[in-house]
Amino acid sequence: MGGKVAVIDYGMGNLHSVASALEHVGAGEVLVTHDAAVIAEADRVVFPGVGAIRDCMAEIRRLRCDELLRSALVEQHKPVLAICVGMQALLQRSDENEGVDCLSLIDGEVRYFGNPLTDSEGTRLKVPHMGWNEVQQMKAHPLWAGIADRTRFYFVHSYYVAATDREMVAASVDYGVSADAALARDNLFAVQFHPEKSATAGLTLLKNFVNWNGQC
Amino acid sequence: MALAKRIIPCLDVENGRVVKGVNFVDIRDAGDPVEIAQRYNDQGADEVTFLDITASHEGRDTTVHTVERIAEQVFIPLTVGGGIRSVDDIRTMLNAGADKVSINTAAIHNPELVRDAAQRFGSQCIVVAIDAKRVGDVDGQPRYEIFTHGGRKPTGIDAVAWARKMADLGAGEILLTSMDRDGTKNGFELGVTRAITDAVEIPVIASGGVGNLDHLVDGVLEGGADAVLAASIFHFGEYTVPEAKAYMAARGIEVRL
Repeated sequence: MGGKVAVIDYGMGNLHSVASALEHVGAGEVLVTHDAAVIAEADRVVFPGVGAIRDCMAEIRRLRCDELLRSALVEQHKPVLAICVGMQALLQRSDENEGVDCLSLIDGEVRYFGNPLTDSEGTRLKVPHMGWNEVQQMKAHPLWAGIADRTRFYFVHSYYVAATDREMVAASVDYGVSADAALARDNLFAVQFHPEKSATAGLTLLKNFVNWNGQC
Repeated sequence: MALAKRIIPCLDVENGRVVKGVNFVDIRDAGDPVEIAQRYNDQGADEVTFLDITASHEGRDTTVHTVERIAEQVFIPLTVGGGIRSVDDIRTMLNAGADKVSINTAAIHNPELVRDAAQRFGSQCIVVAIDAKRVGDVDGQPRYEIFTHGGRKPTGIDAVAWARKMADLGAGEILLTSMDRDGTKNGFELGVTRAITDAVEIPVIASGGVGNLDHLVDGVLEGGADAVLAASIFHFGEYTVPEAKAYMAARGIEVRL
């Protein structure tokens, strides 16, 4: 597999890490772009994101990346991997920045972790949720191949995804609340953690993605 | 199970080479930063921090190039600090491949930089570095103040109040270095570590003074640190990252093994 991977660039931060990691796992040609023609030609699409959701959504809409993503996902049925804020942008709404409407490709919302946040024993938890936490796999998926259940991945976020359709939840992470760490539906896989920063486990997931045909 | 406490090897870099100063004065060369970052990545380090200790005085091009080379082959979070003075400096480092940027002196001269940077790039990538030194006791409690210029120049700013202010302005993390301990191998200054971890909601990285693995344990269990940073114990092969993690795990600390 491999072929061409388009990493959708809507100008919110550095995408070299994602691109480097994809190249490292043999993705073939990695194109960091918001050019509709390039994305249409790609075999698969990565939808990353860092920073605040309001600015991300504004740029996504201004550069028409919402239409590009929808088209790749729904019309062209390309395998799509959404990462971090890219995942959050797929939901209906986020609590961040006093409330921001998102893409509504997935039913559900993005909520603040809460402050103060505590674990089940009452210990205070810091926000942002920053560091390596255990990812509990909730269903089998080709992107989990070679990755043991409860493997740790690198997270950094203050808001978490709560999808309405619990059938979509491919993994959960415990941090005071049970947050959705991965969502999967048809040719879409979305992760809250950063596979490009998650050492061997993350590279394995990216390798699985570049070899994935979009079927579950 | 919960979030793992992080172990972060720190590369103090001068002119493109890793060094480790003793109290930032007596400096030894420990090698190529890209090679060393790769080695820590392979050992299972949770992040790598890269501090350009001469950046305030010299050109940035070497640093930017080194960051680019590290980011191409190291797939764990990379923090870059040293001489970061403006939003443009931050953008340059993030574009070179840094995941987080550490701001120190510039935050003291211009605290609004932290707010601007957090709003522009997100709190997750803005680390505020605090160099604290004990300056005596107030009402029987030790007082710690911020120092600049490698611990030589006092600012009169209370370290705990400063940490709280930085968190309020949007810092995503605090990198706390005890200037009394840095380079001494006598362990973290646990008093200031505990005071700051208790004072802020954001994660705190303890730094300065690690000489053995018990110091790492103390930083977490007594200091309450979310992450521990060390340089020389790793650079000179006294301990490996897996040894440090196994030692911490045996003392009940959750780590990524």
